[in-house]
Amino acid sequence: MGSPVSNTPNHPDDRDAPETPGTPELSGTPAVPHQAEAPAPVEGERTRRASRKVDRIDRLAELTARRETTTGAGLWVEAFRRLRTSKMAIIGACIIAVFVVLAIIGPWIAPYSPTAQSWRGEVFPNRGLFVGPRGENWLGLDHLGRDVFSRMLVGARQTLMVGVVATLIGFTVGALIGGVSGAALVLGGRAGQRIDAVIMRFIDMMLALPSLLLAVSIAAVMGQSLTTVMIAVGVVQIPIFARLLRGAMLAQGGSDYVLAARALGVRRRRIVMAHVVPNSLSPVIVQATLALATAIIEAAALSFLGLGNPDAAQPEWGVMLAQAQRFFDQAPMLAVYPAVGIIITALGFTLLGEAMREALDPKLRS
Amino acid sequence: MALLTVDELSVTFTARGRRDVTAVSGVSFDVAQGEVVGLVGESGCGKSVTSLALMGLLPRKGVRLGGVADFDGTDLLTLSPSRMRDLRGRQLAMIFQDPLSSLNPVVPIGVQVTEILARHRGMKGERARKEAASLLDRVGIPDPDRRLREYPHQLSGGMRQRALIAMAVACAPRLLIADEPTTALDVTIQAQILELLRELVDQEGTALLMITHDLGVVAGLCDRVNVLYAGKVVEAAERRPLFSDPAHPYAHGLLGSIPRLDAPRGQPLHPIRGSINDTIAWADGCAFAPRCDHYTLECLEGTPALGELAGAAGPGHLVRCVNPVRDSSDLHTPLLEAPVMDASAEGDDEAPSPGTSAATSADTSVDTSSDTSSDTAPDAGAEPAAEPVADTDGASGGAPGKDTPA
Repeated sequence: MGSPVSNTPNHPDDRDAPETPGTPELSGTPAVPHQAEAPAPVEGERTRRASRKVDRIDRLAELTARRETTTGAGLWVEAFRRLRTSKMAIIGACIIAVFVVLAIIGPWIAPYSPTAQSWRGEVFPNRGLFVGPRGENWLGLDHLGRDVFSRMLVGARQTLMVGVVATLIGFTVGALIGGVSGAALVLGGRAGQRIDAVIMRFIDMMLALPSLLLAVSIAAVMGQSLTTVMIAVGVVQIPIFARLLRGAMLAQGGSDYVLAARALGVRRRRIVMAHVVPNSLSPVIVQATLALATAIIEAAALSFLGLGNPDAAQPEWGVMLAQAQRFFDQAPMLAVYPAVGIIITALGFTLLGEAMREALDPKLRS
Repeated sequence: MALLTVDELSVTFTARGRRDVTAVSGVSFDVAQGEVVGLVGESGCGKSVTSLALMGLLPRKGVRLGGVADFDGTDLLTLSPSRMRDLRGRQLAMIFQDPLSSLNPVVPIGVQVTEILARHRGMKGERARKEAASLLDRVGIPDPDRRLREYPHQLSGGMRQRALIAMAVACAPRLLIADEPTTALDVTIQAQILELLRELVDQEGTALLMITHDLGVVAGLCDRVNVLYAGKVVEAAERRPLFSDPAHPYAHGLLGSIPRLDAPRGQPLHPIRGSINDTIAWADGCAFAPRCDHYTLECLEGTPALGELAGAAGPGHLVRCVNPVRDSSDLHTPLLEAPVMDASAEGDDEAPSPGTSAATSADTSVDTSSDTSSDTAPDAGAEPAAEPVADTDGASGGAPGKDTPA
């Protein structure tokens, strides 16, 4: 083997690679049988290069290994990671965060009492005399001389509470009904199909009623109160959640992993709870964020219709909107503030919900 | 005594207002302990339906089952759903085709393995986790503790299939049904998975029912092979005789349609023409006849019986054909679309058949068969090598031993 003694050993290296048994440079061990014949400088150079390569590969392996373990993530973690990069999600989350913070600390940072008619003498609704924004009252005064800014801040809590509680009612009851129905249908055999049919016809009846009409009837039956509004709005959401969860469970019930679990004799209850439900929840959770937005709007609508809190002095955006309606031609801004508040909040929840839907969509997963 | 004896299994799908569809019509086979039995056939021939019927995984509504599937004394087809659930996973287990969709995407592997241990072996907590890790280790998954915490999408395809196998063998089942376990994997992983399955069978004495359309898998793994066509077994044999002397034209065609490295350059493959047709009933004769190059009028007289192949190298070579293929040398000769030349074909028929030495059938039936072959045109190709196919007849029963003249 006439290996030329040159300063650039790359070329001869490549050429005699197939003949020498010990050349795999990545192994890190110097080619032992080669050592006897090859001149020392070339060998030294070669081992140095080899060890450098080995180092590089080791480093790369370490890096990939580390990345692999840190990506130890399920559906939700990955969805969250994608949410963080979505502009829509960030804007939505920011709006919601501001809203929630205001709802919590509102009563403490409000400059004035929301119920005190401190400036009663300055507002004359009969004569069309209102006080607009000024240094003392940032958003002006309402028709009874109360500070609108303070009322907005304090009202945020009520509005949020109505939205959240109503959605929780709708989510819990709806998911329960839909879950029972879906579980019966997927794994209950023939009897299950019958149970499902009965439940679903009932749900269809609820869906057939216009939602506001349903809410109004419930509120009318139960009397005027904030609780009534929450329940009424929640009940309206029930059929939506029920149908959604049942549909998702039905789709998951036909999937291969359910078949595989059945083939291994896993109990039906366990299949439903551990396999079908967790995979069916994502559309329902997305719907929950979207439902929050509609719940807030619907609660405002009910308050607007006079079915909300009977104590009109307590600030709530829907009530404020309803009260402002009477003076709409003289002081349109009184209606605009709560309306804008409702719109922005609903928008925040909708944006986040929309972004979540995208993040959880398996078709868009990389 | 075989562990599983399937006798005349039939599965019919019924739907109101529609014609019944018979997916499996009278499949019979045995699987003994420690044996690997293959179920081979193209898509739609009833392989997967057979396996699902055995596992009791077909829907109860709209499905009519017939026959008997005797698993160590119990009939799997009439067992109550709750007894069946107890049996599944513990005594019977199944491996599916697509390892990704067969694992729950939102649950870590560990939970999915331990739930089977909890269900059938009453293991909980740390003990179950340890056992799960040792199971993963046994099926060749490195670093099992880490893998147990991971989700299916973080595992490679081969590793997922290994995990599924680990779940299937968690309770040391006596019968394992593998429904195309290697189809979704690339060849190197396929080989590893097959090796793993072989190991499990050898070490545990598990019986393995291997469902596949891949004859390479069959050649590498199965002890005994059943070839299915249109819901019936058309040929059943030990692996070696099946590959060396396929007797049914369908099995013959399957082998002929595989590309071979040792085939001459430029030679086209010989596909089986047409495609499977589920409207053709076996009652009107051989369901394969429309695609067969060797069919005669006898083929259309009722369902051919599954009978012992006369002159087979060993016992247990069953074939459902009136005119079984006798000479494997014509595996590589074009069997298709041979020009119809009655006179020359007949002449050829008689002339060289005594001359071709080895396995040609120089039996008494040459005369009658040449008559029938002249009736039914497209067989009996112009190529001399193809013609022995035509002159065999009289199903399996009548012909006396025929290798004797050689």
